[in-house]
Amino acid sequence: MTGTNPKAHLAETPVEKPSAELAAETDLQIGGSGGDAGGTLLDVDSANMPGSPTEGMVSTPEARTAGFALGLPARPALLSGRAWLALLVLCVVVGIGVPVCALVLPDTNPLHLSAYAMTLVGKLMCYALAALALDLVWGYCGVLSLGHGLFFALGGYAMGMYLMREIGHEGKYQSDLPDFMVFLDWHSLPWYWRGTEHLAYALLLVVLAPAVVAWVFGFFTFRSRVKGVYLSIITQAMTFAAMLLFFRNETGFGGNNGFTDFKRIAGFPITHPGTRTVLFLLTFAVLVVSFLGARAIVTSKLGRVVTAIRDGETRLMFLGFSPLSYKLFIWTLSAVLCGIAGALYVPQVGIINPGEMAPVNSIEMAIWVAVGGRGTLIGPIIGAIAVNGAKSFLTANFAEYWLFFLGAIFLLVPLLMPQGIVGLIATVFSRKEKRE
Amino acid sequence: MNILHFFRIRMLVVLLSSTLALVSPLAHALSTADIAPLAGDDFDAKAAAIDHLIATGDELSLTILKALGDDSVVATAAGQVLLQQGDNVQDPLTGKSFPAPADAQPITLRSKVAGAINVLQLSSSDRATRAAAISALLNSPDPSLKTRIDAARSKETDPLLKKRLDTLWAMTALRDPDPNTRLEAVKLVAARGELEMRELLRPLVAKKPDGSYNESDPAVRAVAQQGLSRLDSIQTRNELIGNIFAGLSLGSVLLLAALGLAITYGLIGVINMAHGEFLMVGAYATYVVQNWVQKMAPGWFDWYPLLAVPVAFVVAALAGILLERLVLRHLYGRPLETLLTTFGVSLLMMQATRTIFGAQNVQVSNPSWMSGGVTVMQNLTLPYNRITILAFSMFVVAIAWVVLNKTRLGLFVRAVTQNRRMAACVGIKTGQIDSYAFAFGAGIAGLGGCALSQIGNVGPDLGQSYIIDSFMAVVLGGVGQLAGTVIGSFGLGLISKGIEPFWGAVLAKIAVLVLIVLFIQKRPQGIFALKGRSAEV
Repeated sequence: MTGTNPKAHLAETPVEKPSAELAAETDLQIGGSGGDAGGTLLDVDSANMPGSPTEGMVSTPEARTAGFALGLPARPALLSGRAWLALLVLCVVVGIGVPVCALVLPDTNPLHLSAYAMTLVGKLMCYALAALALDLVWGYCGVLSLGHGLFFALGGYAMGMYLMREIGHEGKYQSDLPDFMVFLDWHSLPWYWRGTEHLAYALLLVVLAPAVVAWVFGFFTFRSRVKGVYLSIITQAMTFAAMLLFFRNETGFGGNNGFTDFKRIAGFPITHPGTRTVLFLLTFAVLVVSFLGARAIVTSKLGRVVTAIRDGETRLMFLGFSPLSYKLFIWTLSAVLCGIAGALYVPQVGIINPGEMAPVNSIEMAIWVAVGGRGTLIGPIIGAIAVNGAKSFLTANFAEYWLFFLGAIFLLVPLLMPQGIVGLIATVFSRKEKRE
Repeated sequence: MNILHFFRIRMLVVLLSSTLALVSPLAHALSTADIAPLAGDDFDAKAAAIDHLIATGDELSLTILKALGDDSVVATAAGQVLLQQGDNVQDPLTGKSFPAPADAQPITLRSKVAGAINVLQLSSSDRATRAAAISALLNSPDPSLKTRIDAARSKETDPLLKKRLDTLWAMTALRDPDPNTRLEAVKLVAARGELEMRELLRPLVAKKPDGSYNESDPAVRAVAQQGLSRLDSIQTRNELIGNIFAGLSLGSVLLLAALGLAITYGLIGVINMAHGEFLMVGAYATYVVQNWVQKMAPGWFDWYPLLAVPVAFVVAALAGILLERLVLRHLYGRPLETLLTTFGVSLLMMQATRTIFGAQNVQVSNPSWMSGGVTVMQNLTLPYNRITILAFSMFVVAIAWVVLNKTRLGLFVRAVTQNRRMAACVGIKTGQIDSYAFAFGAGIAGLGGCALSQIGNVGPDLGQSYIIDSFMAVVLGGVGQLAGTVIGSFGLGLISKGIEPFWGAVLAKIAVLVLIVLFIQKRPQGIFALKGRSAEV
């Protein structure tokens, strides 16, 4: 901390403000020490409640009704009317169209959705969900994580553990244990595999594993105010170390090969078109709900504080906020979303191995967000689908050029379209409007 | 080792044939009973049979001995001893040849025969022959040869050889029935100070399954235990020194990678993810220079690194200047996007290298003066190439120090690192300084690549494995400080290599990461923090 800045900020603030901030700060620290972002939010509210020193502040009537008493613009709508309509139409089309195209139409019909197409699109949606998660921390909190591949893989592994147990005796060795354990000559399940035969517990793990890892990692790094490129590289080191760990057979997650050869999920055969359709629709639903949830968060007061952290963390701290719990909340939430994406990814793609934790994968996630437009939520979804669509196309047709293409995206997108696809579209529209 | 051994035996058998032929009149013909034990499991009986063969020393026994030396004697399950001749076997006594029975198993007694030959040579009149025999026997002492060694010991006159024979005798006398002999033997063995002797001493202090000691005499046990612990401590010390050297070596490599990174990161606050690829550029430049020298001036091949070092520096520096001018310049103030962009550049550079040089590793050979190593202690050889790189990294640090602290450019670089705006205010062309400093940092990476080509594989992925580690070194040391990077790199190298023997390489890496995350809790600015108001913003 430099010695000059606080004075400058204090000089700008009205006379009655410091006491308010002091109050808010003490509250925040109580909330922050527990690391509970929800609690901290309430504390912020209490600082704004009638009777608190902020009451005397100027605020517009509409801001007051919107719940923002600080003279800030009213909370934006979750989605605009047109967007709601578009989303509704999309949901209806997918909800009805996909089952019909996949299950009812015969193979010969050109509109029939093949297993390949379903898997591909399902995979893209999982990536989109991961990109959405990354956008929450990068686009809104200014924390560029190059380690989200780890959370994705953790969710995937948690799901994979359940799917491995669901194989039952149908493995190559017809044992109670997963094949790779028989191969390693293990005679009982390691303790962390216990209970994974229950889907509900596995789903709990999908949420808990990334959450715990993210929380612990975030707590230690955010607390010491590691940020910027420093933090990015450390997240990358984190996923790299985890990859090395998961590559070992002794870790108990199948080593190099990871998990594969799944037979069924919740009793249904995993390759059956019906199961695929359900998984597809589930992924779509999760993506839509996550999008709306993320949108609700970034438009809330919490979202504003988080955005303020991105734009001026030092200034925010002088205003009396403790960024730690906000960052931790967004970071952990993002990790959980990423884990869920991984959990949906594994049954559709049918394999999870430590390669998913390779630093390159995590960096690619960042480029999906950058291509789509960070800080827009819809952008990363578009970006993930666009980049991965291009990847599928190029690796199938011009395999040797894919890395050139990827490198070029990395190089050119930040240079030429810093706002991504969404930003580009917005500029084009605004120009049109101006002309009209 | 084995092959050498093998040839020596053959040679000795040939030598033996001439000596034995002269002393054979006393010998009598061999019978089936004489050679039958060779097929058995009883080692002493086998040894006795060989002794008998040696004593007989006629044509036939020599043939059998030679065949034993070549490992071309087989035994059937019925106990018949046969000589292998291609697909057929020959009965040595009858001389009949027939196809090999299915149950024929080779008899491997090479070491036994070698021992026998060596023992015979102990009584040679030539001192060099005796010395060679003693050395050979010391390598694989055989208690069954004890009586002959005893005899040789009493006859030996040369004091040096006598001392070695004493040791040899001691090694064979560890199971002597007389406790005093054993005690003397154990003392002699322990006094040798060779780590292999532990294998001889260990059984003496071990317990039998029924709980009693293998060695009944407590005095002998105590001496053996003492000797063991002394040898163990020597071993621990050697391992420690070896680990420290490995740590320093890793540290020097990290240092070469981290030095340039620290300069560019300190200056423009951007982690250059393509920094590893500058290492790769340096390594490939070395490869090209090596090929060129080999083609144009093969006589000077040993000194190609002298040309490769400046070339690697210049090529990498040019690549750095290009990157800075064409890309990074346009992204100042957006560090996270710069990070992504440089990653894209690293992808492009790797893929371009694959296209130009192929995806396989290329062969960069050490000049002859860099191959081999110096044996400092038992079990501890320090390779010359690693020592050279350690020295080279120090040389590079010295250059970097001179440039940063004694030149005008260095003054400007430090000024911009500390406070860019203020530096601009006093008239420093910060943009130009950025370019130069970036080129300098990249050039140092090129030097690092040149060094790496001497100890590791040179392939398109070369740089990938170093970028994270070298950044960790920068974090540990503190940004913008030369001393910090040096301490950080060597610290990281030593810590990694210190943990590795206990937990293995993977867990060591994870442990190091955890340690660093914990360390920056205490000191977010690294060991050496840059002083100044702009340092933290």
